[in-house]
Formats: sequence, C-alpha cells, structure tokens
Amino acid sequence: MIGSLAVILGCQLLGEVVARGLGLPVPGPVLGMAAMVGVLWLRDRFAPPLLAGVEPAGRFLLAHLSLLFVPAGVGVVGNLEVLAAEWLALAVALGVSTVLTLVVSVVTFRAVARRMGQA
Amino acid sequence: MRQDFALWVYLTQGPLLWLTVTLAAYAVADWLSQRAGRHPVANPVLISVLLVGGLLVASGTEYATYFDGAQFIHFLLGPATVALALPLWEHRALVMRSAVPMLAALVAGSVVAAASAVAVVWAFGAPEGVLVAIAPKSVTAGVAMSITEAQGGDPALTAVLVILTGMIGALVVTPLMNGLGIRDYRARGFAVGLASHGIGTARAFQVDPVAGTFAGIAIGLNAVMTALIVPVLLGVLR
Repeated sequence: MIGSLAVILGCQLLGEVVARGLGLPVPGPVLGMAAMVGVLWLRDRFAPPLLAGVEPAGRFLLAHLSLLFVPAGVGVVGNLEVLAAEWLALAVALGVSTVLTLVVSVVTFRAVARRMGQA
Repeated sequence: MRQDFALWVYLTQGPLLWLTVTLAAYAVADWLSQRAGRHPVANPVLISVLLVGGLLVASGTEYATYFDGAQFIHFLLGPATVALALPLWEHRALVMRSAVPMLAALVAGSVVAAASAVAVVWAFGAPEGVLVAIAPKSVTAGVAMSITEAQGGDPALTAVLVILTGMIGALVVTPLMNGLGIRDYRARGFAVGLASHGIGTARAFQVDPVAGTFAGIAIGLNAVMTALIVPVLLGVLR
C-alpha cells in the first residue's frame, strides 16, 4: 500500500515538474497519469519485484473518488452569492449546456463507432 | 463553561474535527447511495456536501476553517488522477480501438460544451465577465480556473460553475443515456467525463468500470481541447 502510494506520488511529482517546467497547458496529474501508464508497462514487460504491488493505493483512491470532491463541493455552499446577480441565466446555461454536451458527445461517439463497424 | 470553550478552541484550531466530519458525512452518504441501489439522485457527493455544508452554516464556521481539515482529502484528487492509469492500462486494447470515435466526440463535445453555455448567458444579456467564467465549466476545476484567469475572468465564479456542472452531469447522465437507448459504456463514460469532469467520472465508475475508464480519459483530453477552444470562441465574440 505504502509503496504503491509512493509510486503514484512520484508520477504526480514528475508530471508537475514537467508541466510547470515547460509551461504546458496540461495539468501535472494528467502527465502523471501518462507516467503511471509507463510504470504499468514496465511492470508487465519486466516484472520487477519492486513493482509487483503497485496497484492497491490507486484502486483504493478510485473506489472512493466521490469522497475527494466533497471539500470543493462544500466550497460551493459557502460561495453561492457569486451566482446571485445572474443566477437565472447561469442555472439555465448549466442545465441546457450539460445535457446538450452529453447528447452531442455520445451521439458523435456512436455514429463514428458504427461507421467503423463497431457494435 | 470555560472548559467547554477551551475544548471548542482546541477543535477549531486543528484539522481533526472537520476531517472527521467529512469522512463521516461521506460514509453516511455512501451507505445511503448503496441502499438506494446507486440511484442517480442519491449521489454521494451531493449528499455529503449538503450534510457538511448544513453543519458549517449551523455552526457558523468559515469555509477556510473547514478547509484546514478537509485539505488532506482535497489533496488526494491529484493522486487519484494519476491512478486513472490503472483502468486505462487494464482496458488499453479497447481504448486503442476506440481512438477515432473518442477524438470525434472530443471535438464535437468540447465545442458544444463551451459554445452552448456562452450562448445561453449571452442570450440572457449577461456581462462579458460571466461569458468568460462559464466557458470552461466542463473542464476539471484547476484547469478551468486557469483558462478563466488567462481570459481576464473571475476564477472563483468558474470554480462554483465547474462543481455545479459536475453535479448536474452526475445526476442526469444515467436517466438521459437510458432514455436515448445508449448501451455502449465507452460512449456513455466518455460523454460524462467530457461534460462533467471528475464528478461525472465518479458516477461513471459507480455504474460500470469501462464507463469510468473512458470518463477518465475524457477529463484529460477535454482539458487540453477546451484550453485551445475558449480563446478562439471568446475572440469571435469580442
């Protein structure tokens, strides 16, 4: 568990250093995800004993992904006044745009997949 | 009385109280969500936020005090993003096969996410600052705030809009996709990750591991895509 957490933090650290160092518009943890894919490739390719237990911490975090958004979500409760001036426009915009985005994304995905002969 | 006060001072100065409250609220919310058979309305993020937010308001506690305790949980968002590599690697063959549909959905979805939100607030006659702040609302919070900041908008408003977008997406995605008759969990997951970032992805993992995998990919891709699109979109309007 501790070893796998160290590997994850190491990947994030590498991602942050590269993203900030090169001024990339990609968040450090996303580059860290790419680094982690590299770690998993190494594990499957060479099976070093050090990387045998690299998954538990990540699996644990993903199983409780909802928990991690609670602190930011609580911030909304305390900051609802920023919405006050334009609340109706914002409420309609978020509702309409989120549903529209879901529909357009899923329909596009399916249309292209079907054209490629994927079920 | 003085004894009680000393205890209260101790609790408000350390992270222990609000860290415990956050974990306990989530434990209750997750239990309720399980009891409700993972019904979309019984969303664990929403329930936890209402429980903790209600306690903060009732006790007159500042958000900054709360965050001193909750920051340890908030910090784990970064490592969790890295951990998305695990399902990605596990399903890599399926992901590679889906590259073309994903890229098509990314371009279409990313443009619609930003343009439709901006168009609605513009139709309501909202000021330019609001147009800027809502444009990156489907992107993961940190990136969305930096996009808004670069365009001269208010990142605090963007942060609130991002979280609300996540919750709306997590609540509507299951009934919407079922209504559309979509059974392809790659497509369903990718759509909710693109529209509603990590909160939508958390919902996707509740429903199906493949959906969660594709939602996680969409978060990263849409962050980059929206960073490219928003300056162009706002440039057209200005």
